[in-house]
Amino acid sequence: MRKVKLVLECGTTFEGKSFGYEKSVTGEVVFYTAMTGYPESLTDPSYTGQILVSTYPMIGNYGVPSDRKENGLHRHFESDKIHITALVVDNYSFGYSHWNAQTSLADWMKSQQIPGIYGIDTRALTKILREKGSMLGKIEFEDEPIEMVDPNLMNLVAKASTNSVETYGEGDKTVVLVDCGVKNNIIRCLIKRGVKVVRVPWDYDFNTLDYDGLFLTNGPGDPTMCDITVGYIRKAISRDKPIMGICLGNQLLGLAAGCKTYKLKYGHRSHNQPVLLARTNRCFITSQNHGYAIDPQSIPEDWETLFYNVNDNTNEGIRHKTKPFFSTQFHPEASSGPVDTEFLFDDFISNIKVPKVR
Amino acid sequence: MLNTNIKKVIVLGSGALKIGEAGEFDYSGSQALKALKEEGVYTILINPNIATIQTSEEIADKIYFLPVTAYFVEKVIQKEKPDGILLAFGGQTALNCGVDLFRQGILEKYNLKVVGTPVQSIINTEDREIFSGILHEIDVLTPRSIACTSIEQAREAANTLGYPLIIRAAYTLGGLGSGFCSNETELNKLADNAFSYSGQILVEESIKGWKEVEYEVVRDQFDNCITVCNMENFDPLGIHTGESIVVAPSQTLSNDEYHKLRALSIKIIRKIGVIGECNVQFALDPNSEDYRVIEVNARLSRSSALASKATGYPLAFVAAKLGLGYGLHELKNSVTKETTACFEPALDYCVVKIPRWDLGKFVGVSKNLGSSMKSVGEIMAIGRNFEEAIQKGLRMIGIGMHGFVGNRGDMEIIDIDEELVNPTDRRIFAIAEAFHKGYSVDKIWEITRIDKWFLMRLQNIYLLRSQLIGFDTLENLPADLLQDAKKLGFSDFQIARIVVKSSVSDMNVESLKVRSFRKKHGILPFVKQIDTLAGEYPAQTNYLYLTYNGSEHDVEFQHDSQSIIVLGSGAYRIGSSVEFDWCSVNAVNTIRKEGFRAIMINYNPETVSTDYDNCDRLYFDELSLERVLDICDLEDPKGTVLSMGGQIPNNLAMKLHAMNVPILGTTAEKIDNAEDRNKFSAMLDKLEVDQPRWSQLTTIEEIYKFVDEVGFPVLIRPSYVLSGAAMNVVSNRDQLEHFLALAAHVSKEHPVVVSEFIENAKEIEVDAVAKNGEIVAYALSEHVEFAGVHSGDATIVFPPQKLYVETIRRIKKISKKIAKALEITGPFNIQYLAKDNDIKVIECNLRASRSFPFVSKVLKTNLIEIATKAMLDVPFEKPDKSLFELDYVGVKAPQFSFHRLLNADPVLGVDMASTGEVGCIGENFYEALLKSMLSVGYRIPKKTILISSGPVRGKIELLASARMLQERGFTIYSTGGTHHFFQENGVETEKVYWPDEEDMSPNTLDLIKQRKIEMVINIPKDHTKRELSNGYRIRRNAIDFNIPLITNARVASAFIYAICKMEMDDISIKSWDEYK
Repeated sequence: MRKVKLVLECGTTFEGKSFGYEKSVTGEVVFYTAMTGYPESLTDPSYTGQILVSTYPMIGNYGVPSDRKENGLHRHFESDKIHITALVVDNYSFGYSHWNAQTSLADWMKSQQIPGIYGIDTRALTKILREKGSMLGKIEFEDEPIEMVDPNLMNLVAKASTNSVETYGEGDKTVVLVDCGVKNNIIRCLIKRGVKVVRVPWDYDFNTLDYDGLFLTNGPGDPTMCDITVGYIRKAISRDKPIMGICLGNQLLGLAAGCKTYKLKYGHRSHNQPVLLARTNRCFITSQNHGYAIDPQSIPEDWETLFYNVNDNTNEGIRHKTKPFFSTQFHPEASSGPVDTEFLFDDFISNIKVPKVR
Repeated sequence: MLNTNIKKVIVLGSGALKIGEAGEFDYSGSQALKALKEEGVYTILINPNIATIQTSEEIADKIYFLPVTAYFVEKVIQKEKPDGILLAFGGQTALNCGVDLFRQGILEKYNLKVVGTPVQSIINTEDREIFSGILHEIDVLTPRSIACTSIEQAREAANTLGYPLIIRAAYTLGGLGSGFCSNETELNKLADNAFSYSGQILVEESIKGWKEVEYEVVRDQFDNCITVCNMENFDPLGIHTGESIVVAPSQTLSNDEYHKLRALSIKIIRKIGVIGECNVQFALDPNSEDYRVIEVNARLSRSSALASKATGYPLAFVAAKLGLGYGLHELKNSVTKETTACFEPALDYCVVKIPRWDLGKFVGVSKNLGSSMKSVGEIMAIGRNFEEAIQKGLRMIGIGMHGFVGNRGDMEIIDIDEELVNPTDRRIFAIAEAFHKGYSVDKIWEITRIDKWFLMRLQNIYLLRSQLIGFDTLENLPADLLQDAKKLGFSDFQIARIVVKSSVSDMNVESLKVRSFRKKHGILPFVKQIDTLAGEYPAQTNYLYLTYNGSEHDVEFQHDSQSIIVLGSGAYRIGSSVEFDWCSVNAVNTIRKEGFRAIMINYNPETVSTDYDNCDRLYFDELSLERVLDICDLEDPKGTVLSMGGQIPNNLAMKLHAMNVPILGTTAEKIDNAEDRNKFSAMLDKLEVDQPRWSQLTTIEEIYKFVDEVGFPVLIRPSYVLSGAAMNVVSNRDQLEHFLALAAHVSKEHPVVVSEFIENAKEIEVDAVAKNGEIVAYALSEHVEFAGVHSGDATIVFPPQKLYVETIRRIKKISKKIAKALEITGPFNIQYLAKDNDIKVIECNLRASRSFPFVSKVLKTNLIEIATKAMLDVPFEKPDKSLFELDYVGVKAPQFSFHRLLNADPVLGVDMASTGEVGCIGENFYEALLKSMLSVGYRIPKKTILISSGPVRGKIELLASARMLQERGFTIYSTGGTHHFFQENGVETEKVYWPDEEDMSPNTLDLIKQRKIEMVINIPKDHTKRELSNGYRIRRNAIDFNIPLITNARVASAFIYAICKMEMDDISIKSWDEYK
């Protein structure tokens, strides 16, 4: 078997064994602490450019479900392919068992040329990332050296977004969804509520379209890379059509509103992030996956904090004080993760269907 | 958001440990009390379980050792005038009591606020019909069930529901008349049978074989909800979750399934209106996302204690605070101390819970596992993979197994298929055996429906064993393979046995060779923290475990000789229970007070000692030689304490000593002198201390010869048991032959110890502390029963009430001699027999005993604190209190769990059968006895009693009692001999017939079944088979029909005396501190 190791920017090396595709790769090394949902996470476009480290040791237990499509979307995946650069686990489960499994995680990753290594003390690795922050790294097979490259210097959104305009679902009302690397479940959550979704590329001028609501999706990397999109959003917020944003969409809406964003030390990637609805006692457990955030100090006058993280007080959402614009840093669409905040889609839809004047 | 109107509360405990309600409620109660104290709330605890941590001064402000029943709780309410009451922390006992208080209007009468979940919510979850109605309102599915009164209806119901089905006879005990059917023919047969038990049967859809998954859910008054942990049963539905191997987090659920059930749990807790914690159990179809809700417990439970330990999230502590009005987000995560308590723990390890059974201790009980709980304890093992955790766990349950493989042929399983289909406590080993016989994962799955993922993981262990077995010597074993074996949880012992194979060599020596071999190759375990957030946030947590799946330690080691390791007691089992936890925790407390760091090793999730708040470091890991040495290597402690956790640590003394581990207190050699029967006997002879004559014999002829010398009865203790109880008293040659033929195997390898058995002798216990061979504190207590009842099952009085001063004087003298000879430093216990001032030593343990908490609390002198100080060699005050100065009496009474053990004979003998105990204090012996017996579930009979008094001695003993009952107008029913004897002695009773005199009326069984009797006194007589079987049927029916049963004449007469001299109202309601 070919020797393989994970090399971090800080110089630390972990030797492991390969279970995925054998290819040296480089990316930003980030950890996530969720205990379920690897098929969803691996296909989440927000992970583009990242070497994903699972803190939960046993991965692959229930295999990978079928690639069956429903309403034009993969039923079990968050996009059409695996977006992570590589996966790092402690204990890869060679045996898997589940009624809807169609293949093993290893075979699935091999078929999409994604490397995976196991036998690594992912807790020790996580502690390094926690203390020194997310950093570059590479998975290197013997006799296949590779240089480290920072994916955040690239426009990852352009990589994760779509090239074409597509339509999903049916309904009287139309939501334009700006795809910065959208997770399928966002689209599912919208069409389930009886609206038509028009999915456009990240750099598409949606202001040219006739729509009832605007949706800004999640996506990978640094939000400041998306100047074009921010420019279009700025135009949209001068109007009154309802807007909802998630994750990168929160940051883009923030930038359009005049906020600043910054890179978190090691981000939030987990299913257990507590967020408080500002000015209330309502606290929700949320699914998260982001490395950047809005600086709460920079929120302008006519906007306000909608949610904040109870653990580190980082911003978890903003809203306009008078207009029907809001966004969350966390993922109300979950998939994977807890579904406690899915009601926010209802809020968005009701903003569209029953325009409120506040 | 604290509710400041609540300043003084009552907390209800769970009473004695019993099957289904054990140490977990000491943990949750203690946590709740700690939370209340932190908020400045004055706490009044009602719990007769004197051996618990929660019934200690520093935990609750006021403690009542009283029964947890509405009657006594009302009395305490009248006296204390509290503002609120907590019902959720004392298991089903407290919950039921709370419902009674509510229904009787007592809560309203005294304007008492229920802190936490409202009583109506509790009632809604307890009543099956209301419960499923409520869930249907929110479209949550429960198993579909149709009540039928005719076979036609049953068939119709079957057509509606579809096969397979469960048929249950309504209103029957222990599942009589129930069963599974998968077609109409089977249904006809089963339904017919079920109708013979009851006029109504329930036809229910069968979800046998579905996955069983639990969620622990928390809700605050702002409607914020979290699920702290989910757990998946290794054993599919059909086996009670308390009887199942359980894994956390779930391993085979996809994200959709996990979160679907999670969302349902939250929907349910909101609907029910829980404030605090609740547990939701689901059945999940292994072939779709279909599910059913099986049960909801609106209180802290065994599962919640497990979840707390599995995640590091203190559920009970948080639940108590939520009850006081806090929001989840206002509380801190007590591990990180920085992040909020409103989160869901992320685990970066896997835990496995395995139940501990003691079914071998009961005669007649079926070993099959099913829908009722029989296990008496449990363990939790932590690893970075399932294999590592389950192998650790299988060693931890302490039944002589070394893991999944590498066990001796003892567990020979003859019919693997039968064992797999109808699981017993040995099923997991049958799986190993099945792999050995070439069964595939698919085949085992076909039979057991255990998810293939688990089976494949077990197969990994088996396959690694197959690789190991190819090597004959350690030297040839590749280091990589050894490392792989350690990563899959193989112990050094397992590796030694599999590789060395020899049956001649001493495996302990061989496993130490494995140890040094792997150390040479740098194959060592790493210490990891449990931090609730999978490393996401820095945590100063001291909650640790060891794993080979790692490359660095999470903690640093000080090597400053300021730490002391205390070894805990392991799984609760019959004979070793919460009392050793109390000892361990008190030792830890003392060590910390003296300025040392206390390091705890234990793996029992039901305990307070495994609460990381209690010590400086907690290693939630094995108490094996290998693991203790690993920890000692890392920690380099000043010393280890082996005398607090019962027999498990005690047994390690010589082995640890041989590896140069410093042992505090009495030396290992002296411990061995007390443990080794021959050495101890020789020492007693030298000290001229008497003991019952005994001999260790290897042939049947020798046994007969010895019995001829000492005469019957004799006590027989075989070292190899075929079936039935391990120890027995035999009174004649027939019985001896019978026992030896059926139960014991006699040979050179398996000698039998035969001792002289002294009848009508008193049994006396000395619990004491010595330093350098000088006794510095002691407590002497007396059994109510004559010798012959195991000390763990005995009713114990302290201080003694009926001993000759001369007896006490002699016992003190002998105890001093023994302490000196064994140079004891620390706690010890000696058991004596006394007859006419003639004193014999039965046993001596150089460790804390079961009765230490009881005597310490009655005496109000913490013997463990003194013992620990003696062992640490720090100054302490020698107590000057003498036991003769106590103006009150303590009585410790055993709690039995026979009602849970279908068919078990509820009779006492030389082997222990009780699962718990209580200890109550009274003005005099009778009051204390009455309180303690009421605490273990006895009720005071008002009019009727059945006496079957057994041997002549029993008849004489009970004659006075019968006379007293007669004077008080009782109707006494008695069986033939008893009736005759009482009549001759002027006591009129109504004669009743034995169970086998079916034609004669009134028959004892009919009276019991019609509940015409309020109490049964049945003194077993070990004579003919017929009497044994009749006696058994009376006893068993009394248990099944929930009629209080006493089987010891001396306890019976004491109880009758007490109830004749005293009314309920005469029982004083006094807190512990009021006894001065």
